[in-house]
Amino acid sequence: MKFSESWLREWVNPAIDTDELVSRLTMAGLEVDAVEPPSAFFSGVVVGEIISVEQHPDADKLRVCQVKGAAEGILQVVCGAPNARPGIKIPFATIGAVLPGDFKIKRAKLRGVESFGMLCAEKELGVSEHDEGLWELPADAPVGTDLREYLNFNDNLIEVDLTPNRGDCLSINGLAREVGVLCDADIRQPDLAAVAGSSNQVFPVTLAADDACPRYAGRVISNINPAAESPAWLQEKLRRSGLRSIDPVVDVTNFVLLELGQPMHAFDLAKLDGGITVRMANTGESLKLLDGSEQKLHASTLVIADQSKVLAMAGIMGGDASAVSAETRHIFLESAYFKPLALAGKARQYGLHTDSSHRFERGVDPALCLVAIERATRLLLDIVGGEAGPTLCQELTEQLPAARTVELAKSKLYQQLALSLNDGVVTGIFDRLGLKVLANSESSWTVAVPSWRFDISIDADLVEEVARIYGYNNLPTTTMSLPLAIQPRRETAIRPNLLKSALVARGFREAITYSFVDPKLMGALDPQRQFVEVRNPISSDMGVMRTSLWAGLIDTLKRNLSRQQTSVRLFESGLRFVTDESLQQQSMIAGLIYGDREQESWTQVKARVDFYDIKGHVEALLGLTAEPEVFSFRAGEHPALHPGQCAAVYRRDDLVGYVGCIHPSVQKQLDLDHPVFLFELAMAPLLEAKLPRFSAISRYPEVRRDIAVIVDKAVSAEQLLACARKAAGDLLVDLKIFDVYEGKGIENNRKSIALGLTYQDQSRTLNDTEITASMESVIQALRTHYQATLRG
Amino acid sequence: MDNLTSLTEEAIRAVDASGDVAALDQVRVEYLGKKGRITDLLKSLGGLSADERPAAGAEINKAKNIVQDRINARKLMLENSKIAQQLAMETLDVTLSGRQVEEGSLHPVTRTMARIESFFTSIGYEVAEGPEIEDDYHNFEALNIPAHHPARAMHDTFYIDDSHVLRTHTSPVQIRVMESRKPPIRIICPGRVYRCDSDLTHTPMFHQVEGLVVDNQISFADLKGTVDQFLKAFFEADLPVRFRPSYFPFTEPSAEVDIQCTNCRGKGCRICSHTGWLEVMGCGMVHPEVFRHCNVDADTYSGFAFGMGVERLAMLRYGVTDLRFFFENDVRFLRQF
Repeated sequence: MKFSESWLREWVNPAIDTDELVSRLTMAGLEVDAVEPPSAFFSGVVVGEIISVEQHPDADKLRVCQVKGAAEGILQVVCGAPNARPGIKIPFATIGAVLPGDFKIKRAKLRGVESFGMLCAEKELGVSEHDEGLWELPADAPVGTDLREYLNFNDNLIEVDLTPNRGDCLSINGLAREVGVLCDADIRQPDLAAVAGSSNQVFPVTLAADDACPRYAGRVISNINPAAESPAWLQEKLRRSGLRSIDPVVDVTNFVLLELGQPMHAFDLAKLDGGITVRMANTGESLKLLDGSEQKLHASTLVIADQSKVLAMAGIMGGDASAVSAETRHIFLESAYFKPLALAGKARQYGLHTDSSHRFERGVDPALCLVAIERATRLLLDIVGGEAGPTLCQELTEQLPAARTVELAKSKLYQQLALSLNDGVVTGIFDRLGLKVLANSESSWTVAVPSWRFDISIDADLVEEVARIYGYNNLPTTTMSLPLAIQPRRETAIRPNLLKSALVARGFREAITYSFVDPKLMGALDPQRQFVEVRNPISSDMGVMRTSLWAGLIDTLKRNLSRQQTSVRLFESGLRFVTDESLQQQSMIAGLIYGDREQESWTQVKARVDFYDIKGHVEALLGLTAEPEVFSFRAGEHPALHPGQCAAVYRRDDLVGYVGCIHPSVQKQLDLDHPVFLFELAMAPLLEAKLPRFSAISRYPEVRRDIAVIVDKAVSAEQLLACARKAAGDLLVDLKIFDVYEGKGIENNRKSIALGLTYQDQSRTLNDTEITASMESVIQALRTHYQATLRG
Repeated sequence: MDNLTSLTEEAIRAVDASGDVAALDQVRVEYLGKKGRITDLLKSLGGLSADERPAAGAEINKAKNIVQDRINARKLMLENSKIAQQLAMETLDVTLSGRQVEEGSLHPVTRTMARIESFFTSIGYEVAEGPEIEDDYHNFEALNIPAHHPARAMHDTFYIDDSHVLRTHTSPVQIRVMESRKPPIRIICPGRVYRCDSDLTHTPMFHQVEGLVVDNQISFADLKGTVDQFLKAFFEADLPVRFRPSYFPFTEPSAEVDIQCTNCRGKGCRICSHTGWLEVMGCGMVHPEVFRHCNVDADTYSGFAFGMGVERLAMLRYGVTDLRFFFENDVRFLRQF
């Protein structure tokens, strides 16, 4: 809420400067967001009056005005504003004036006609964004007076960011009350006394919405002067609160909203039929609002209606048909209490948010509507005249919020604040806040909550009020002490950060990408899946929840490639969202490599990454479990991956994830110059390590034998190794493939695999015969099962 | 024995003339070997009288020693020069860079979260996590934010369906933990959160770390102490910390926490909007209504909760000037951490 400091000070005027005022508000929980002057700086601008207007001889859009207001007398000013006309009062920047932006006003010739100054729009003086024409000042503005002096620009506009619980501060009245408490200063209220009616005219009101509207005050004011204008003070107070002056009746209701916090509405009585009914909307009803929009009403919307039609959305916005206009002679004033729950979220359903709905949703003091209608009547009679009828108030007494009392145990306050406050301090705070102490026993206080503090209903609320007024920063600060019991900790649990660190050590950079991704990209990578959609995405390219972390990583890769990176290694960990039978939010770790294997350097052997690079990284992760043997890689299928370079990773028989080269057609679709190599693994199976278990180290020498066999290309390394391992017997302690060769000297469709076998025994030195025998059975087994021939 | 002198001189010349260890060895064999020319002189002693023999023998041995010493010296010299030659050949430009294994890097958000976690786990907090597609009950209801509560407007929520949202904060993890176990509870909950907001200072996804302590006799003073110590530790500076009353539906009393601006030290600058203070976290005492939803007896237990934006803290700590860097993942940015 934005308010004028000078207006606040009319209500409460503590002997502190603006900075101190702002600081006290902020430190009491009413955070001040901004303090700004009511206009940009300007000087030499006076109230001017246009005496006459003639067309410029050489320019269609310019007029030549004779203007009163400068000390020199009537001066000629050339002006392009469409609303320049004789009789209006306007800001007149005289020769020597300085406008915002250090714009100096000098004598000038416009298309051959001399001009002695400038007539200004609001925007040109930096008071608002309005620049559709000259700023028309009130008719009673004294010609020749300095504008700053006339409008009392020695002021500050203070913007407070009020939390939703402090609806009671959404008015000058409420802010003044709070400042009064914080500064221990007295409040000076304006004349809020009831205004006796001078006519008997009334308009009937029926409450038919149960507890949504338990109180509705209405009043007829007849024979108002349609030609009356809002006085300058009123227009200016509205303007400084960010509202435009519209007409005196609307201005007064807006003023009362700002001043007291009570939203009001004025109807043109001539447009009303029979009587007012406050009720829920009927299905099929619609309403054209003041803003010109046509709304189909939901049945859960509270409306103000007459006998034949809906007039207004209660507490949100009035209707166009019954609005006050320049022809209005008689008005019906509404000042009602609508319950927060009846209005909560309703304006939003229609895409609306108004000053009125904002207040009713947060809560308006139910007692306030009766005061406000008197205040509005007084102001209206002063400004537009007319005769007021009596105030009629319809009430559903049972439905009005009950008076609340709250009890606070003293021990609770002392415990929560870790401070035994003096009783007088506590009751003093209650007293300043208007919380009447009903009982003060040995063990507790019981207070009556004033009608405007609907946010206070339990003891914790009172603890906060005491803490707030006492000052959070004046309360004690302690260091907690906790029992130092040693907590169990599983040695075999791997922390995800260990996996991340392993990838970092292997040159990967961690990315964090949005969990919602472009459905097109996600579809290219995971075409067979249903995606979880975001109902209200920021944009369509963030429309679905990822089913694979690859979408974000590839997007990141592309962005980096466009920024001249040639070697990229990225990983990410986070949830993926898949709907198998139900929604699964599965923690994953994924990575990609692209481009040069090494960063460019003088030692570099220039080569591009390939499948075995990415697989090596994955194996390193699996190795952290100290149980890599439970994982296996099997030729797999994944729609985004190359069918010949895709491995499915299993932990025993459970699928853990995939590793592979991107499918060439997906690569093309993604417009990548080179293949990208990817992996994605479920995190959970990687977080279980094996507890190390010592095994004896042999003191006897090991023996190594190498053979090279030629087999069909289709025979996998894993098949060969398994076969050899089985045939070699128990003495084999290590088996590795140390060379793979295809090409010259080897038939097409065949490859040469070189195996290194290491033998050792725990208790003796092995002899040649038994090793040779083992080697023979290995060769025999490979020959039998895989048609292997020994390479010569 | 005349020729002993000349032979010795000759041998010495030959030693000095040998260019490498092999040539030197040949010289040694020629003069001092079993059939060497000086050795041969010893064989001629037999032709001398018994009186002459010892003196002549001594002479010859003396000559042998002289030559042998000369050979040894020459050998050392030749070996040294060979090493010197090898060293000269093998000299490298040590200013060229070493063979690179490029290290990667953790994302600054991960780094910051890990740091925050380490402060708290070191004093006995546990890390708890929860789902990111969260049900309305855990994200709002149980946190005392009923439907249509104006506080819901503080959270620009992404909806999945009528009853599920992308969690707007990590607070639902508090609820899940309190539902599943009894106090004492000391947890921190790091994770991704989502708000439907995207501009210069907001990204639709960001990270929070939430803390919760529930036990007997937990007070606002404990909360202040915890937050104050954490912030001083995080920024490694004795920064003034202040608490301002605020409002969160799930805590009462509630507070916003400001630290003195890390950039200008309170003098006022662009980063702190000339206030001298930076808002860094929200906190408060757990609201009785939240306890009620989780079946925690509010008469026996009290607790506090705090929550902070990780990106905000990382920006202040590392001087990052634009929030959006965190999610662009430009490697030139990532490399800096």
